[in-house]
This record gives sequence, structure tokens and C-alpha cells, in this order.
Amino acid sequence: MSAVAAERIKLMSTRSPWWTSAVAVVIVIGLTAVVVATWSPADGSVPFAVSGYFATFGMVVVMVMATVSVTSEYRFGTIRTTFQAVPNRTAALLAKAAVVVPVAGVVGLLAGFGSWGVAWLISPTSMSLSTGAEWRVVAGIALVWAVGAVIALAVGVLVRQTAGAVTLLLVWVLLVENLIGLIPRVGADIQSWLPFVNATNFLTGGGGDAGAVPSMSTMHFGPWGSLAWFAGVAVVLMAIALAVANRRDA
Amino acid sequence: MIEVRGLTKRYRSTLAVDDLTFEVRPGVVTGFLGPNGAGKSTTMRMVLDLDRPDAGEVRIDGRPYRDHARPMRTVGALLDAKWVHPNRSARRHLQWMAAATGLPATRADEVLELVGLTAVAGKRAGTFSLGMAQRLGIAGALLGDPPVLMFDEPVNGLDPEGIRWIRTLMQGLAAEGRTVFVSSHLLSEMALTATELVVIGRGRLISHGPTAAFVDGASGSSVLVRSPAITDLVPVVQAAGFGVTPDPSGGARVTGASTEQIGELAAAAGIVLHELTQVRGSLEEAFMQITGGDVEFTAGGPPPRPPVPGAPAPGPAGTHRSEVQR
Repeated sequence: MSAVAAERIKLMSTRSPWWTSAVAVVIVIGLTAVVVATWSPADGSVPFAVSGYFATFGMVVVMVMATVSVTSEYRFGTIRTTFQAVPNRTAALLAKAAVVVPVAGVVGLLAGFGSWGVAWLISPTSMSLSTGAEWRVVAGIALVWAVGAVIALAVGVLVRQTAGAVTLLLVWVLLVENLIGLIPRVGADIQSWLPFVNATNFLTGGGGDAGAVPSMSTMHFGPWGSLAWFAGVAVVLMAIALAVANRRDA
Repeated sequence: MIEVRGLTKRYRSTLAVDDLTFEVRPGVVTGFLGPNGAGKSTTMRMVLDLDRPDAGEVRIDGRPYRDHARPMRTVGALLDAKWVHPNRSARRHLQWMAAATGLPATRADEVLELVGLTAVAGKRAGTFSLGMAQRLGIAGALLGDPPVLMFDEPVNGLDPEGIRWIRTLMQGLAAEGRTVFVSSHLLSEMALTATELVVIGRGRLISHGPTAAFVDGASGSSVLVRSPAITDLVPVVQAAGFGVTPDPSGGARVTGASTEQIGELAAAAGIVLHELTQVRGSLEEAFMQITGGDVEFTAGGPPPRPPVPGAPAPGPAGTHRSEVQR
């Protein structure tokens, strides 16, 4: 489809998506390597979930890449050229998602297998990849980052400004969802419904000592239910973003 | 062919475009004239379905913009030359546009050649001068080889060579039978480029017709005359059948007369003249005359203050005095 081809050229023809994607992969692999390399026998055996410890960190970088792919179009006015070429705005924005979301997934795949691979090289015994829970930690990063990219795109369409969209995403993912658990009594219950908490539950929940969020025991869903909930939130946000984009002036 | 019917756009309390109806025909350059803030860009954005009108509709070759399967092959537009990603090369910029409208990537190089940017095709668009950016924008408009072309203030900020290039290009495109719709706030520019004029002020249609007719009407010029014996001169001029209004400079403005006629009248009556100037009406003045001050000057500045005693009185804004003093 021609709109998708155009979005592919757009994403690949500036340097920043390449850089942000590379940074996301390097951060996850690098930090995993540091943790596994400094693990001493006195700390016990290396938990398999170490492979996914820094998934959120890399995901935030990929989400910035995704949201900037939209906000930079508003910043530089090319969104108007985009809508000139494809006046059906839903189609134009879904074409962008059709490029950015798979890219986020592939970058997640590289990060997931890369961090598992580097951990396995350092500590082969504790990092054998066999159970479903272990596969989820490694390959699941791709799914989580892809869904995260959908949310980031929707936020970009709604906010339209890079600084605002990036700030909102960082505060939401890194602060709000973690700090809400501090509210006495209700905090943990609210937290169990939050999308990125569910994303983490999908990656490392039900998989033993995963270093997961403190409230993991109160989760409403199992790992795959959490992923579905996370994806559902993303789809709803994207639907809202598309409706808003269709209604307002470009 | 662009048909605009009852187009209306409201931004909160201001009516940016007010029940605008006109047609832009193929084969000629049609100018879209109005002072800054008159609603020209808003109208053009609504033609492209970028802004949603509150009322009315636009049809391009018989259909609304969004109903064209490949709209860039029907309408090519340059609304703002700055609408490029500064870190993307000119070639890649045109390539994604070509891809979006289903054209091969080679088409990008063809239009780059057409506007003379082949040598800088690989350079980042952010490094382009205004003139180069304008050419890149025009390359984008020509990409789909469209029968309808629309340019918003294409000569703004260009050097004389660039202005002439764009003028020639637009006339050439019209001569090929295309519909060419180009906006400007400069009557002098439109007088040179456009055959037809659509004139708006404050979002309303002021006139629609041949350029020559509008220019004649607009420069239904006046003569500024100053004389120590102005009170003697005024009855003489009025007796000759010309209208006279007082001028802020202390002189008088005579409408419908030439400097020759006034000079001869004064000489016949033996009246000394200190100034005799042909005052060509500017576009803004024409607007004032035609609309009775129905013009929104967005350039603004503070509201006029009472004149400071001793300070020279400011001349009437937007007036060009040609040097025909004698």
C-alpha cells in the first residue's frame, strides 16, 4: 500500500529513529551484561528474569521514537503534506502505525534475545531457555514494545508536541504507574489495572522470582490476560486519537 | 477548475472566512488577493480538506478533495515552503510524497530537475535557503503532474530572479491549460502575474473578475496638491468638476484628475503650488474604498495615539507617492 511505503521512507530517511532504536537495544543488552557480570555466587544463582529487568528502560526509548515520528510531523508541518496525499486520516495514521509498530517489535526482539544472549554467554547454566515463562521474558519484549509503540503513537497524535508527548510518556511509564502503589489500601488495586504494570506482569509475572513490581500478587490477570489488557488499552487510546485527528484541523 | 461555494470558517469568535463563493477556471493564472489575515491561507487549507469548513463546500474538478483517489495527481499545492523535515534530503522528501501518491521514486528526480535542484538533491532540506525551499515546495506541487495547482504567497521573501522564475512558471502552467490559483497580498505582484483576480477582505469576497478591471478601479488615483492659497484653489478645482477632500498634510486631495489638469487649472488662476503629486492607491487603500474600512490589518501595532505636538505627522499608511512634483 502506497501510504505504508511513504511512511517507511519517512521513518528510514532521518537519522533519529535509527539512533533511538540502537540506543534502546544497547541499553537493555548493556545493563543486563553489567548485572550478570557482577553477580557473585554469594548472591545466589542468576535469576532468568534478569534478561527482562531493563525491558521498560528500552521500551521508553522506543516509545519516544514512536511518538516523535508523529510529533515531528506536526512540528515541521509535514503532517499536512501527509494528509494532502492521503486525505483519509485514519488510513494515513494507521499506515504510520503499520511501519512504526513492527519496527518497535523487531527492535524489542533484538533487545530481548540480545540481553538473553549476553547473559547466557556470561552465565550459561542459569540462562537456559526452555519453559514458556522463560520464552515470554525473552521474546515477549517484542510484543510489549510493539504495544507500547501504539500507545506512544496515540499520545503523539493527541498531544502533537514533542516535548509534551515525551514528558507525558516518561512521567506515565516511569513515575505514575510505580508511585500509585504508594497510596495506602487502594494503591495496589489501582496499580493492578494500569497498562504498563500489566506489561511487566506479562513479561515476568508468574515466572518465579522475576524482580517484578511489588504488587504482583494482586494482579487481576495472568500473563497473557495482562498482555491482552495492555493491548486493549492501546487500541482504545489509538481509536480516540484517530477520532480526534479526523475531527480537528490539521 | 476549483469551485468554492458558501465557504465559511469560524475560529472561536472570529469569522476567518465568511460565505465565500467563487470559481477558478483553467487556462489562466487566477490571483487570490487580500491583505494579511484576510483568510487566503485558511481558504486554501479548506480546498485541500486540511481545515474543516463550518459551512459550504469546495469541489475540484467536480468532486470534493477527499473523494479523489490520488488527490496529489489532481491538485498540486505549495502552502508553506517550510513544511519539510529539516534532516531529510530533498530527494527523500519528494520520494515519500511520490510513494504516498503511488508514483515511482524516479519522479522525484524528474521534478528536482524541473525546478533546478538536481545538484542539491542529496542535501538536507533544512540547509536550504528560502529560494531553494520554495523551489522544493514547487517540485512537490508538480510531482503528480496535476491539472490544478495552488500556491500560497509563493514569491514572499524571494529575490527578483526567483520572483521572475515563479511568475514565468505559473504563466507557463496556465498556458498548458492547467488551473493555477495563487495568493498574494501584493496588488503589484498580482497585476503582473494574474489574469483573473479573486479579492477578499476579512474573509468576504470583495471582487471577482479580470485583473485589469480591478487594478484600474483600485488605482482610481488621486492628486495631492499643497498650496499657500489652498482656499482659493479648492473652488477652482471643484468648479472644474473634480472631487476634493482635505488631506492630513494640510493640502487637498483631488480625485479623478491628473497632475497636468490640476497644474493647468492652478496656472490659469495664478495660484502658487508647493506640491503636486500623483498618489497611486495602494491595495490597502483600494480595500478601504471598496469595503469602507472592512479590512483587518493583522500587522497591527498599538492603536493610533493622538499626535505628539511638534512631531511630524505620519503620512497615510500604505500610500506610495510617485515623484511627479513640478
